[in-house]
Amino acid sequence: MKNKKWLATPYLIWSVAFIIIPLLMIVYYGLTDKEGHFTLSNLAKITTPENLKALGLALLLAFISTVICLILAYPLAMILSQKNVNQSSFIVLIFILPMWMNFLLRTLAWQTLLEKNGVINNILQFLYLPTLDIINTPYAIILGMVYNFLPFMVLPIYNVLIKIDQNVINAARDLGANNMQTFLKITLPLSVPGILSGITMVFVPALTTFVVSDLLGGGKILLIGNVIEQTFKQGNNWNVGSGLSLVLMIFIILSMVFMSKTEKEEGEGDIL
Amino acid sequence: MPNKLIDLINISKSYGTQTVLDELNLYIRENEFLTLLGPSGCGKTTTLRIIGGFESPDCGQVIFDGQDITKLPPNKRQLNTVFQKYALFTHMTIAENIAFGLKIKKKSKKYIEDKIKYALKLVNLDGFENRMADSLSGGQQQRIAIARAIVNEPKVLLLDEPLGALDLKLRQDMQYELIRLKNELGITFIYVTHDQEEALTMSDTIVVMNQGYIQQIGTPEDIYNEPENAFVADFIGESNILSGIMIQDKLVNILGVPFPCVDTGFGTNKPVDVVIRPEDIDLVKPEEGTIQGVVTHLIFKGVHYEMEVLAHNHEWLVHSTDMFPVGTKVGIHVDPFDIQIMNKPLSEDEEAVNVEE
Repeated sequence: MKNKKWLATPYLIWSVAFIIIPLLMIVYYGLTDKEGHFTLSNLAKITTPENLKALGLALLLAFISTVICLILAYPLAMILSQKNVNQSSFIVLIFILPMWMNFLLRTLAWQTLLEKNGVINNILQFLYLPTLDIINTPYAIILGMVYNFLPFMVLPIYNVLIKIDQNVINAARDLGANNMQTFLKITLPLSVPGILSGITMVFVPALTTFVVSDLLGGGKILLIGNVIEQTFKQGNNWNVGSGLSLVLMIFIILSMVFMSKTEKEEGEGDIL
Repeated sequence: MPNKLIDLINISKSYGTQTVLDELNLYIRENEFLTLLGPSGCGKTTTLRIIGGFESPDCGQVIFDGQDITKLPPNKRQLNTVFQKYALFTHMTIAENIAFGLKIKKKSKKYIEDKIKYALKLVNLDGFENRMADSLSGGQQQRIAIARAIVNEPKVLLLDEPLGALDLKLRQDMQYELIRLKNELGITFIYVTHDQEEALTMSDTIVVMNQGYIQQIGTPEDIYNEPENAFVADFIGESNILSGIMIQDKLVNILGVPFPCVDTGFGTNKPVDVVIRPEDIDLVKPEEGTIQGVVTHLIFKGVHYEMEVLAHNHEWLVHSTDMFPVGTKVGIHVDPFDIQIMNKPLSEDEEAVNVEE
């Protein structure tokens, strides 16, 4: 046993150097002013109208993206779980394939596709259809988020669904439940752990992203992620940037707590 | 004789190129404990799943109580199933599990509560209402699965190897429980197992199946004492299966020696299969036996000794409470009514002697 613990040392060093120390630095910067005195004013910066608006918009867009991902992912995961292994692994491959490409590249590709004179609009014009004018709007950001984060919703739900014993479904049918009743009373409740981890894995990155909003929002639409990025890079104000990050972290921790509470009430295992 | 409750007519089913059931015909009477018995892959579970509605036959009809239910989905059938691995709803309490079918049928709260109490008492698990399904032992889970099925008052209970996952002692206890339940409820049980002892203990009727064909239908006594072919003889209990020639009525030539028997109507000089149960062989002094041999193996089995006797180049399996040490010269005597004569299989379909057990 002792020998095996020793094997964790490289990771331990890694996590101290690149996770714990930076986190402590954020806490330090977030709670001090430029002279190094303790202050809460960095946290209070969140209450400025622009920052509140950015946080509210980020929460709203992350929420909408999560809901859309869920609506798209659940039926897909269900269909996948009912296919045999060969068919489903092919579909999963198609699904995963874009994920092997870099996140930035994919988002940049959407930017090119959605541009006023981009590929999609050229095709639409060629077909004499009305053009799509969503680049630099929240809709484009939602599209980008859903596109990028959808696999993170599909996979956990799929993983839970394939583990449900077919005889449990048969038992419900046997006891008189029709397809709809079987879904609502058996399949759905049993897949809650997958849904919850899918929501977490989509909502958190969607809430904190600044790349998607930067590229598809044209720099006009500020989410809280963009505000923090700008505070660090353009404003060069590490204290306020850290303070805002801490506030965002509190929101994330709150949503995780809420999730795991829902999870426990369902009487099921842990989140991931 | 009670009425036919279920009638399977010309049922065939294949998966891809593999035929699982081939023109199966079988009826089940009301209030019968019928067991489908056979090695794995013989089609017994498929037959049960077709009755339950989880598989549909490629052709043929399922008649239930005079009505064709071949196309009816499982939730519209008046029967319930107890699954092999219990298939309890792990996100619900025991009470919710048992109430599931009744809630779907929109029974009153009072009725459901009474039913839960009654069912738990019936399976000897009073007071388990609020436990979660996965906190129970295998035997308890199996009883809950039975309770969950019977509260719906089905006319037929289908049981798919329900005791397969339990240990020996528990399995034997549950066999008696099931017989008691069957008698208290007065409904039809269709039971699937590969365990011949289970089948013999519980059934009114045993259907022995192999490779998609019914080999024999009969009472446990019939099946054990009068197997119709070598497969049945070999699958049910241990036996000596020998090739013989029916010299004339009531006389069969086994390994070159004439043995008197009680079977008639096989013709003269006809090749037949002969079954002799190991407990029906009497070991006597060499000069008193029909044929003579030497004991080559001896194992103490508790109730009896198991011996192998080499006689006329054949290893005879013998069960006896008398012990003969290895090397003893013995005579083999078999009473005429203990010799069972069977026709040789006619086609390859019936040829199925190679069983694992």
